[in-house]
Amino acid sequence: MILGWLPENVSTFGPNIDSMLTLILYVVGTAFVLAEGTLLAFVILYRRREGGRAAFVPGESLRELAWVLIPVVAVIFLDVAIDVRARPIWDLVKEQSPPAGLTVKLATLQFGWEFTYPGPDGKFGTGNDLVQTTFLTVPTGQVIRLLMTSKDVIHSFYVPQLRLRQDAVPGREIPVWFEATSPGKYEIACSQLCGISHFAMKGILKVLTPEEYQQWVKQHWPKSGAGTGKSASTTRSSASGTEG
Amino acid sequence: MAETRPEAAPAAEAHEKMGYWRQYIFSVDHKVIGKQYLFLGLFMGFVGVGLSFIFRWQLAWPGTAVPLWGKVTAPQYYEFVTMHGTIMVFFVAMPVLLGAFGNFLIPLMVGARDMAFPRLNMVSFWTIFVGSVLLLLSFFVPGGGSRAGWTNYVPLSDASSYLPGNYWGGNLWLIAVAIDFASVLMGGINFLTTAIAMRAPGMTIWRMPLLVWTELVASVLFMLSVGPLIAGVVMLLFDRMAGTGFFLPDRGADPLLWQHLFWFFGHPEVYVVAVPGLGIVMEILPVFSRKPIFGYRLIVWSIIAAGILSFMVWAHHMFVSGMDPTLAAPFSVTTIAISIPFAVMLFAMIATLWRSQITFSTAMLFALGALANFLLGGVTGIPLGTDASDIYLHDTYFVIAHFHNTLVPTAVIAGFGGIYYWFPKMFGRMMNETLGKVHFIFTWVGFNTVFIPLFLIGIGGGQRRIYLSSVYTYYKPLQPLHVIATIGLLVIIAGQIPFLLNFFLSMFRGAKAPANPWHATTLEWATDSPPPHENFHAIPTVVRGPYEYSVPGMEQDWAPQAAAAEASAAQG
Repeated sequence: MILGWLPENVSTFGPNIDSMLTLILYVVGTAFVLAEGTLLAFVILYRRREGGRAAFVPGESLRELAWVLIPVVAVIFLDVAIDVRARPIWDLVKEQSPPAGLTVKLATLQFGWEFTYPGPDGKFGTGNDLVQTTFLTVPTGQVIRLLMTSKDVIHSFYVPQLRLRQDAVPGREIPVWFEATSPGKYEIACSQLCGISHFAMKGILKVLTPEEYQQWVKQHWPKSGAGTGKSASTTRSSASGTEG
Repeated sequence: MAETRPEAAPAAEAHEKMGYWRQYIFSVDHKVIGKQYLFLGLFMGFVGVGLSFIFRWQLAWPGTAVPLWGKVTAPQYYEFVTMHGTIMVFFVAMPVLLGAFGNFLIPLMVGARDMAFPRLNMVSFWTIFVGSVLLLLSFFVPGGGSRAGWTNYVPLSDASSYLPGNYWGGNLWLIAVAIDFASVLMGGINFLTTAIAMRAPGMTIWRMPLLVWTELVASVLFMLSVGPLIAGVVMLLFDRMAGTGFFLPDRGADPLLWQHLFWFFGHPEVYVVAVPGLGIVMEILPVFSRKPIFGYRLIVWSIIAAGILSFMVWAHHMFVSGMDPTLAAPFSVTTIAISIPFAVMLFAMIATLWRSQITFSTAMLFALGALANFLLGGVTGIPLGTDASDIYLHDTYFVIAHFHNTLVPTAVIAGFGGIYYWFPKMFGRMMNETLGKVHFIFTWVGFNTVFIPLFLIGIGGGQRRIYLSSVYTYYKPLQPLHVIATIGLLVIIAGQIPFLLNFFLSMFRGAKAPANPWHATTLEWATDSPPPHENFHAIPTVVRGPYEYSVPGMEQDWAPQAAAAEASAAQG
């Protein structure tokens, strides 16, 4: 019910993140309900009664303390379970980088997104790169590698439906990856306060089917061959201001 | 500073001759200073809540005119969220929990005549006062107060071109925060020295009330963690005003350095506030349940353990910051381990209520409400401290809801409980219980109406610090939750009217308070209400632990810490 508020998931590792949230919700939810239930029961049961006298239970002997320590041992076990479950998921999302089908450079700036595609030769900086602002166009079924940096302040790449968030930091190149599972248009939100128009720093992730993607490549990518030298200028595809 | 000691113990008559200024304004009496901190904290608290009223209105009904204010622009929105966080953490929580309760109670609870360094104590208050004035002044400088967020991340907060026109607001923010830290450092020196060196005869460390323990641990945490951030603040100020490049990446700096410095302080800082708040709850629970606190020594060790652990978790604020991802694992594990000492404390507090005799005084209601919500704040830290789920939840409203459920129960709800509980001792008069209960219901119900919806907004992917949520389509289904939350805030605000009435009317018109209205055991109740200058007619001799309630074989259900002579004098 609570996790019903999650937006739809469209990434391959999204289910892992959702399963982490589910595990924590069950573990922590149970502990929370038990603790609050006990608190509420005690508050109702042990209201002051005329002539009543409280029990003297200072909790000094180990026998008494067991009432606290045994639940705490349970907490430790649950903690370990969460730690253990989290490791492979974090590794998968943030530490592994599976072989990428497409590598795109992302440069963030106040208040926009600049995606650079390597062009037909698959290499950056060779003169046939494609620079596209605002829109990140990718196919389904391929690992997309983003090499993120920032031109000014810290921004953050966040697509709720991908379950992915990563800060872009000036002076660093930070790699992230994802693989989208279903075509559609998803919003890219800046998730790190980056100035007065932070709230409006929206990008669009366009996920296409492989066929549509090939079509898009044909239409937009520079035709010129690889490494034609510095005479060839980087192609700029300026996105229309509105969601096209 | 040691020279001030002899001056601290002149005869009570000398006090009578002091002028108004020495007695009430530049006082060296810890009780007066404690009240000054309380008034400052309450005033700043109302400023902070007022700001939240303006930006929460914008969040619920974007673009509409806020009553008594008008439309909110984006720069104003970011100014107000920044200043709200800064004020609430550094200028409300710290002055109230440390400044007010620590100052007023530590000497009384350990049986001392005053703080170890009374003049330093006075300087500490006037230092934070200057800091508060500077921070408030920043609203009125050209460009307004800082808009860089309360975490003030670089390089946004560094080069002035990133936040155009916010030059003086940003500078004043840094200056005010540095002054605030200096003030709390001075307070911490006093707290430590007083509790270590000035305890009454018989007051062994294992007889100190838990509030004293929590204030001690909080002071140590603050003193050990704040140094790096003060250095960072000064470096950042140099960047802004003297053209240095300590945090500017194009001059070779690493912007993550600021985050490490900020959170190395920032996480212990949370416990600097939370732990004394729990200390207040742990003072109130035994009194109104007529039972000893369950597992006193185990609680003390847990407080210390939580304090030590708090130095090893800071990078959990930075999982997705771009730091080396292999660092996430150790910080995630230490963070989750924090649940262990806090579970001990919370379970011990619940166990205290078992087979007790609960009186639902206003103070007790606030203590129970704080306990109930701190549990929620604690458990919701788990998905954020776990690196894998934090990828999704970081910087959403889930974070906002989580930390408000840790800081508000301790700093505000427990803080109110403390005010109702110690008001008779502070002002010598009783507060009105009916108004108090109305205040509790509005505050507690309102608080949960604000923050439970915010958890759901966070799960729905709703980010914090978004001036206009309609920019994002995925935000649309979450918008009604913002409306509910803002209505909750209106309930909270309405609930503060009975509090203000009660507080000020009771101060002058309330029934005269007896020395020990709650039949409590700790030393502050063994002297008059309010305590005389120098606190005690004769320094009490402590003969037992702090929570001896319902001891078998005793006629009354409480046994004061002080030896019989002093205690019987105070029973009237």
